[in-house]
Amino acid sequence: MKIALFIPCYVDQFYPKVGVATLELLEKHGCEVHFPPNQTCCGQPMANSGFEHLTHGCSDLFAKNFQGYDYIVCPSGSCTLHIKEHLGVPELAEKCYELTEFLVDVLQVKDLKASFPFRVGLHQSCHGQRGLKLAQMSELNAPPFSKVEQLLSQVEGLELVTLDRKDECCGFGGTFCVAEEALSVRMGQDRVQDHVKNGTQVLTASDMSCLMHLEGIIRRQKLPIRVMHLAEILNSVKVKEPQPVSLS
Amino acid sequence: MSYQTTTKDHAALAEAFIKDEERVDWHDGALWYIREKRDIASKGIPEWEELREAASQIKSNVISNLHDYLLQFEANLKKNGIVVHWADTPQEHNEIVYAILKAKEINQMVKSKSMLTEECGLNEYLEERGIGVINSDLGEYIQQIDNEPPSHIVLPCIHKRKEEIGELFHEHLGTEKGLSDPTKLTRVARKPLRNVFMPRRAALTGVNFAVAETGEYVVCTNEGNADMGAHLSEVQIASMGLEKIIPQKKHLGIFLRLLARSATGQPITIYSSHFKKPREGQEMHLILVNAGRTRQLGRPDFQNSLKCIKCGACMNTCPVYRKSGGLSYHNTISGPIGAILAPNLDMKRHADLPFASTLCGSCSNVCPVKINIHDQLYKWRQEIVKEGHASSTKVFGMKAMAWTLSSSDKLDKAGRAGRWFMQNVPFVVNNKLNPWYKQRDMPEGPKETFTEWYLRTNGD
Ligand code: SF4
Repeated sequence: MKIALFIPCYVDQFYPKVGVATLELLEKHGCEVHFPPNQTCCGQPMANSGFEHLTHGCSDLFAKNFQGYDYIVCPSGSCTLHIKEHLGVPELAEKCYELTEFLVDVLQVKDLKASFPFRVGLHQSCHGQRGLKLAQMSELNAPPFSKVEQLLSQVEGLELVTLDRKDECCGFGGTFCVAEEALSVRMGQDRVQDHVKNGTQVLTASDMSCLMHLEGIIRRQKLPIRVMHLAEILNSVKVKEPQPVSLS
Repeated sequence: MSYQTTTKDHAALAEAFIKDEERVDWHDGALWYIREKRDIASKGIPEWEELREAASQIKSNVISNLHDYLLQFEANLKKNGIVVHWADTPQEHNEIVYAILKAKEINQMVKSKSMLTEECGLNEYLEERGIGVINSDLGEYIQQIDNEPPSHIVLPCIHKRKEEIGELFHEHLGTEKGLSDPTKLTRVARKPLRNVFMPRRAALTGVNFAVAETGEYVVCTNEGNADMGAHLSEVQIASMGLEKIIPQKKHLGIFLRLLARSATGQPITIYSSHFKKPREGQEMHLILVNAGRTRQLGRPDFQNSLKCIKCGACMNTCPVYRKSGGLSYHNTISGPIGAILAPNLDMKRHADLPFASTLCGSCSNVCPVKINIHDQLYKWRQEIVKEGHASSTKVFGMKAMAWTLSSSDKLDKAGRAGRWFMQNVPFVVNNKLNPWYKQRDMPEGPKETFTEWYLRTNGD
């Protein structure tokens, strides 16, 4: 199984460790992973701002870079959704998976062999949840499921925090985060508050963009919450005797 | 009476609303509570999702065959003795109402809730011509005495605190100062509201559902004010947008079950009043209003916004709406549905609204007629940019971004390892003028990018 890793541009630039964790995690579960080094960006930031017509260059480059693999895996629901719905390359769209859905649906991972003995608060990113249907949406009258929680439940020692509003948007929203600065921050602060109130030690999500926004707020307010991408938690090594690591 | 119009965009109006943190806490909490009530009510019905699907399909059928249904409806209305009028524009609608009242020498009218007449600016039009209008719905009445448009289509004054309402009543109705108990306030308002029904000879209502098959229409209220006005009136007028049609009476069984549950979590509104024939000696008029609806019908990507039954669920669930208030949308219909209806009316003026969203998609999930609201927001953005309503700096920035990102060579030249991003992505500029940095820290720049790490460790 030949897999191409797609690392969103801002993850490449600011969160290389998320890329590393994703790569290691996939290799750990027996995948042959390639990273086409000429990749740049899927074009989502422009498309969501109303400039879809300017994204052809990005789309063409993406198509060129990601030809010839069995799967394309990306640690971001939002970029994956863009590739599936707006890139305009159907052969690639159907091969593209967000990391958690790839682990659950394709690799069907049953034992992650990971350990993470903390109270973890999950931020359910909207594009992953409502766009890719990674979890049931609270608005619908339909049986509950969650691919992310399915994976987190395999992590030893991890305690999942119950939130007051389990799938409320964080207010990142691409260029919304600066165009509607006051509103975006207020939405983010309210999400963070939900985690503070319910005792989150480590805040996670399958989308780094939401986390970048929430982490910015957490650090500005000097709150004792650590932010980690889901891949980092799923990739955390199992120790024989689970012992708390210091949260500095 | 004329509302103050604003030139500020959604972001600026939202920022002003957010300054009052306590109000946001409470506004957000009140609407979230209604969203939760809606969840409980909808989950109490096992066939909820099937009902939504059925309603959606019925409304799609109506949109595809609107012309035929409208003619059928018109014929049946006439058979029932109701006078039918067609209005292409808000202006025409107002002229028709005025002509009806003038013919009867009526100079006072009572109105029950109708967002359409708000859209048309009817109160203002009539008042300029010496006809007094009283909104008989309590929330709308409060907005009327405060000279402010409704901020929500179901809960017109949801953005006001009870203390503020007490203050308004003190000023306009002469109640004691400092009254803020909702029950007492309602009792106070009841008096003037009851009194207006008696002497008013004309009553105007909105329409929730217009049944093509029978030529009757249904008005849903909780206060019974529509009935009170209509039953006492000598001239009864109903104003409806063309899209309010449903084909058959039996379809009400689907829509009435969905409407109140979606709106407030009630199983059904307290009153679902059917109006079909004038009483003896009474005149009944129905005005079918276009006001841009056929233009929306002609836009394939946006026509299904006409399925809306105005339940307000998309507003209650929308975090942007809950935290910025309905008036920040500067349009009669606010919230997510307002943001996809408004650009059809005036694209330039409402160019900001489709951007007042994170595209989280919650609106589409609660919508009882399954309008793909968030997809339409995305599509309006493309439309608005193409029509040239984006600022030139934004266009330039996006073009530069698209060019740089279209090849890795270009990105390398621009400085892949941080430099290009530092200059072009807003989260990285460490200064107070940068909107990201005002209230959020920046990500800490790592020593090397993932690409660099990968090439180094995988021996390029
Ligand atoms: S768009 Fe849907 S949810 Fe929103 S008001 Fe209309 S019917 Fe209700």
